[in-house]
Amino acid sequence: MDCYTANWNPLGEETFYRKLELYSMEWGLREDLRDCVVAAAPYGGPIALLRNSRRDKTPSARPLLEIYSASGLLLASVPWKSGRLVHLGWTAGEDLLCIQEDGTVLVYNLFCEFKRHFSMGNEVLQNHVLEAQVFHTEFGTGVAILTGALRFSLATNIDDLKLRRLPEVPGLQKPPPCWAVLSQDRVTVVLLAVGQELFLLDNTSCSVVSPPGLSPSAGPFLHMAVSFTHRHLALFCDSGTVWMGTASLKEKFCEFNTGIRSPPKQMVWCTRPRSRQRAVVLAWERQLMVVGNSSECIRFVLDEDSHLVPELDGVRILSRSSHEFLHEIPEASQEIFRIASMAPGALLLEAQKEYEKESQKADEYLREIREQQLLPEAVGQCIEAAGYEHEPETQKSLLRAASFGKCFLDRFPPEGFVRMCQDLRVLNAIRDYQIGIPLTFTQYKQLTIEVLLDRLVLRRLYPLAIRICEFLRLPEIQGVSRILAHWACYKVQQKDKSDEEVAQAINQKLGDTAGISYSDIATRAYDCGRAELAIKMQKKPTTNYPNLSVPPNPTVPVPVPVPVPVPVPVYTVVLHLKNELNRGSFFMTLQNQPVALSLYRQRIEGRVAALQNALDEFYKAKNDFAAKATEEQIKLLRLQRHLQEELDKPYLDLSLHDTVHTLILDGHHKRAEQLYRDFRIPDKRYWWLKINALATRGDWEEMEKFSKSKKSPIGYLPFVEVAVKHHNRYEAKKYAPRVPPEQRVKAFVLVGDLEQAAEAAIERKNEAEMSLVLARCSAATDGAVAEKLNRARAQLLKK
Amino acid sequence: MAAHLSSGRVNLTALREAGRRELREFLDKCAGSKAIVWDEYLTGPFGLIAQYSLLKEHEVEKMFTLKPGRLPPADVKNIIFFVRPKLELMDIITDNVLREDRGRSPQRDFHILFVPRRSLLCEQWLKEQGVLGSFIHREQYSLDLIPFDGDLLSMESESAFKECYLESDQTSLYHAAKGLMTLQALYGTIPQIFGKGDCARHVANMMIRMKREFPGSQNSIFPVFDTLLLLDRNVDLLTPLATQLTYEGLIDEIYGIQNTYVKLPPEKFAPKKQGEGGKDLPTEPKKLQLNSAEELYAEIRDKNFNAVGSVLSKKAKIISAAFEERHHAKTVGEIKQFVSQLPHMQAARSSLANHTSIAELIKDITTSEDFFDNLTVEQEFMSGIDTDKVNNYIEDCIAQKHPLIKILRLVCLQSVCNSGLKQKVLDHYKREILQTYGYEHILTLNNLEKAGLLKAQTGGRNNYPTIRKTLRLWMDDVNEQNPNDISYVYSGYAPLSVRLAQLLARPGWRSIEEVLKMLPGPHFEERQQLPTGLQKKRQQGENRVTLVFFLGGVTYAEIAALRFLSQMEDGGTEYIIATTKLINGTTWIKSLMEKLEPAPF
Repeated sequence: MDCYTANWNPLGEETFYRKLELYSMEWGLREDLRDCVVAAAPYGGPIALLRNSRRDKTPSARPLLEIYSASGLLLASVPWKSGRLVHLGWTAGEDLLCIQEDGTVLVYNLFCEFKRHFSMGNEVLQNHVLEAQVFHTEFGTGVAILTGALRFSLATNIDDLKLRRLPEVPGLQKPPPCWAVLSQDRVTVVLLAVGQELFLLDNTSCSVVSPPGLSPSAGPFLHMAVSFTHRHLALFCDSGTVWMGTASLKEKFCEFNTGIRSPPKQMVWCTRPRSRQRAVVLAWERQLMVVGNSSECIRFVLDEDSHLVPELDGVRILSRSSHEFLHEIPEASQEIFRIASMAPGALLLEAQKEYEKESQKADEYLREIREQQLLPEAVGQCIEAAGYEHEPETQKSLLRAASFGKCFLDRFPPEGFVRMCQDLRVLNAIRDYQIGIPLTFTQYKQLTIEVLLDRLVLRRLYPLAIRICEFLRLPEIQGVSRILAHWACYKVQQKDKSDEEVAQAINQKLGDTAGISYSDIATRAYDCGRAELAIKMQKKPTTNYPNLSVPPNPTVPVPVPVPVPVPVPVYTVVLHLKNELNRGSFFMTLQNQPVALSLYRQRIEGRVAALQNALDEFYKAKNDFAAKATEEQIKLLRLQRHLQEELDKPYLDLSLHDTVHTLILDGHHKRAEQLYRDFRIPDKRYWWLKINALATRGDWEEMEKFSKSKKSPIGYLPFVEVAVKHHNRYEAKKYAPRVPPEQRVKAFVLVGDLEQAAEAAIERKNEAEMSLVLARCSAATDGAVAEKLNRARAQLLKK
Repeated sequence: MAAHLSSGRVNLTALREAGRRELREFLDKCAGSKAIVWDEYLTGPFGLIAQYSLLKEHEVEKMFTLKPGRLPPADVKNIIFFVRPKLELMDIITDNVLREDRGRSPQRDFHILFVPRRSLLCEQWLKEQGVLGSFIHREQYSLDLIPFDGDLLSMESESAFKECYLESDQTSLYHAAKGLMTLQALYGTIPQIFGKGDCARHVANMMIRMKREFPGSQNSIFPVFDTLLLLDRNVDLLTPLATQLTYEGLIDEIYGIQNTYVKLPPEKFAPKKQGEGGKDLPTEPKKLQLNSAEELYAEIRDKNFNAVGSVLSKKAKIISAAFEERHHAKTVGEIKQFVSQLPHMQAARSSLANHTSIAELIKDITTSEDFFDNLTVEQEFMSGIDTDKVNNYIEDCIAQKHPLIKILRLVCLQSVCNSGLKQKVLDHYKREILQTYGYEHILTLNNLEKAGLLKAQTGGRNNYPTIRKTLRLWMDDVNEQNPNDISYVYSGYAPLSVRLAQLLARPGWRSIEEVLKMLPGPHFEERQQLPTGLQKKRQQGENRVTLVFFLGGVTYAEIAALRFLSQMEDGGTEYIIATTKLINGTTWIKSLMEKLEPAPF
């Protein structure tokens, strides 16, 4: 146990710092890190390297862009073909940003696949980018640049690119020795040092600020560092003094003189959330120094060229051969492991060890804790401390102690313990050399499991991600199915596999897992130019979106699909189908619907020919009715053209009924008769048609003649009705007596002959009819009739 | 303004509020003053969501209707097009944009809002015309279910029935499913889903699938609806064909109600008390809004028309009695009280005057011989008399060239009531129609046949009598004044669809399995699992709430019948009605008719 604190280095009274090795790097770098542009993503992210960029020995040799996992495994590499690179940086979503001299920013993913690019403005084209920084705020990932014209531009969120050109700094002649991006109260500003002065640049103004309590002898500023949370600021001065305070420059924490006057290569904050000590790590060529609120400092010797990566709760130190983590020992660990600590957690750990040795001392220790009633705290401390340990052995011994202590407690809530065991398993799994994500417990909690899963998916570590989901029993929708969907989207992009293979693989794995949108997968497939596969995806058993199997609406003879707003992916597929469907097959579909086609041929011969086609098709389809109708239509069309030419009146496009009607109206009775016979118009309808037309024409003579030509198939009431409708009661009266008795009352009422109506009604002894007539009688004029009716009705009722 | 929406069991104001919110968000995206260019079809439905005042609050200063040519001048920063995703509309927009004066300053920004869905095709079209880039915001406004009344939602998708049954295009079903998902997001997951028909099955499948695919779909709202009943219109083709005999149904049949507004001939509404002012009769049609916010209308809308007169006269007496009170008002307090009631009474009086006029207008028609004959034939068919022969009345109507739609309604009704017509009868009708109205109508007839409205009897068996008897579709002793059965809405015929809903509530569909099998499409039941905390513990006497969704349209008479069931004392179920479109026989048949336009060449 004594050796456990061997690598603890005290800073001040209360705090200790330790440096532990995460991985020994086997990335086989030939060059020194200082020869490369290096960028490592926070939260144990990947490392990007661009070699050869600084020393252009042979201009023809292309530099190589490489991306490694945190453990030094090569993920991908590409030769760098674009312009001169100024800066590399990672976004929060683990995309690599490569900022070029001409202001273009290229975005690559983890696997060196180009995603997109954007520009930092036209102004940069001439002036070039001198320096650039990538920063993270609550808005996302941003980029700030300093141009050759000594102007700053920045974009706070590269996903929603809005460039801001900051105002000019008065009196700026050469690039400032140091500058940094600060985010305060949701406003992003740039802080820069010019000699002994500090300028704060916001959207509109440039103001001079000064750090409070800085010793007057400090001299010009050479370096500055902003903490991971943007809350703290450190300034390094020419005199070797380090000033530490809040980023708002309102409060000073402390000042420390390093005694080294050359500016450090890197300076980063090393602190943890809620820590008491705030420390800054400075790196020179061969020396690393941790300074804080203490007169002493911690010094480490650097064997090799190193690169510092600030993290939420510490600093990662990269070098050619190793990857280390420097952090402040958390309180819980300190309590337990500090030499001669009497904290409950420390006693519990001791007790458990004695217990394993089967020594009675275990009981003594335990008793001591229990007497102070601190057992719950002890267990809590052990659990918490386990989270901060990287070595599984130490984690285990702490958890064992916690578990041991738990036995002596009633109703100690188990969740914390279980949760920690689960989290540690996940963390150990991803810290593995092969995976290479050295997350600490604090970072993991900050990042959340969902984001971690996303990162695994980004690295295409699907099986591990699914294992973790299953292990943590995450709901399917958040976990497994989301990952499967990503997997499927990745799968469809593999061009070397056939559509069949891919579709089958996807169907097999995904089956009917809940929460997977096949539409998304299909869209992705379509984007990769695999329309066939997209169709296969859409045709998944349960998906049966309309319009896929349906050929274009055949009644619209223009090859433009009907504009229906179906969900987009289906639509893209449909569009594709439409393009595929050549004109030939399109007209084949039309051929099957000849009527539709014919409609759009207005010119008669064209129409007749089209109708003839239709006719043939109807016969083929054994649709006799439609065939006959079409035959008639052709006949009518020809006849109408004939009539039109002969009578010089428009007949085209009238229905048969209207044709006959017009003929009669114009007095062409013979021709009407001809049509009646040729088209075998039913008698009833012809009679109706004829008397209506005659009445409209006012040809009562012809009507009377017609009524006598033979027995009317519709009776004579219609004659009465038609005549009355055309206000000719005189004519109407002629027909009333010919109406059969059962309708005669109505007929007389219609012509207004109430007397006759009454007589007819009385004759028929029909009470309802009598009432009908009675209702029409007015007392003044038809008194006699009414009386007669009343009498008859009374008589009828008596019986 | 939204009193009529919140009066029912389910507060539909929330749905409208959601719609408004979405609209506001879009409007706020386009900063500065705006002018809206409307696709005319959309103004009606939008009027039900948001009044002009709301638009005005968001800096909408001008409104135009969409038409080709140059946009009218307006000094606004933004021009927003509100359109349905239709290609012909895109052409108009293109024209508008291209004619915009480039030289004018300040430049106007263009935006486009697709209702209800963005369409890739339309955007492609705009792109091909080279104007896509002119639009700064291209968004969609998913106006799926629009609240019409406290218990009524409609998608107002005119061609839904035609698209589903003729063109096998189920887009509107997708919208229906989306609308139901929105509804569930606001009012909780509906635990039970019943359905009858192919489209119903399809919608249910899509809903279940959407729920599964939508992450985090576990919503924690206490369910308002207990049951969802999805009904295909083609399960009950009969009901819309018959003439509706409720007050509201008749208004719709005769004058057509559009988005709760009706336009009436102005003569009867001439302002009285003007003595001889006969010359200045209003010529503009009188436009009235009809919804349950109007107390009197809420009372009479669902009554059989024959029972409306007595209510109106009773109301007239009450109101005049109320006005008489002023003579008895002696003390200052009494007069004050009287005066305070005055606005309400005056509103009631003008409402009464309006409805009396409407009732007179309708009465003129219902007492006409033609209406009577038509109704007699309808009722004969529905009660199963002589449905297998050629009908004289129909023949006479054709011979006199009555409106085609009337003929088609009758012929279809006969066909449906006979489970298809004998081939000979069918061919006779078809031939008569073609010869009288023109051969081009063969397409319409074909459409009707495809939709199953008109068909030849196959298998020789007429199922309708069995269905009629089992479901008691024809009631001889109907009481129009104080109804005891839903059959009052058609004076004898009980709408099949509503009967299905009624039997589902009690005693359940198991009792009518046989009949259900005779009707087209599958019937099914699905359950959506609720988290245990949300499962309902029903209080004694609390009614269940059922959402009935008519896919392909619903008539006012059916709505009246469902409202009647909701109000039955021992009913135990309250109904909320949703549909793709409010229809009547005429509009329905019209939507199925082939539009014959002059060919372009």
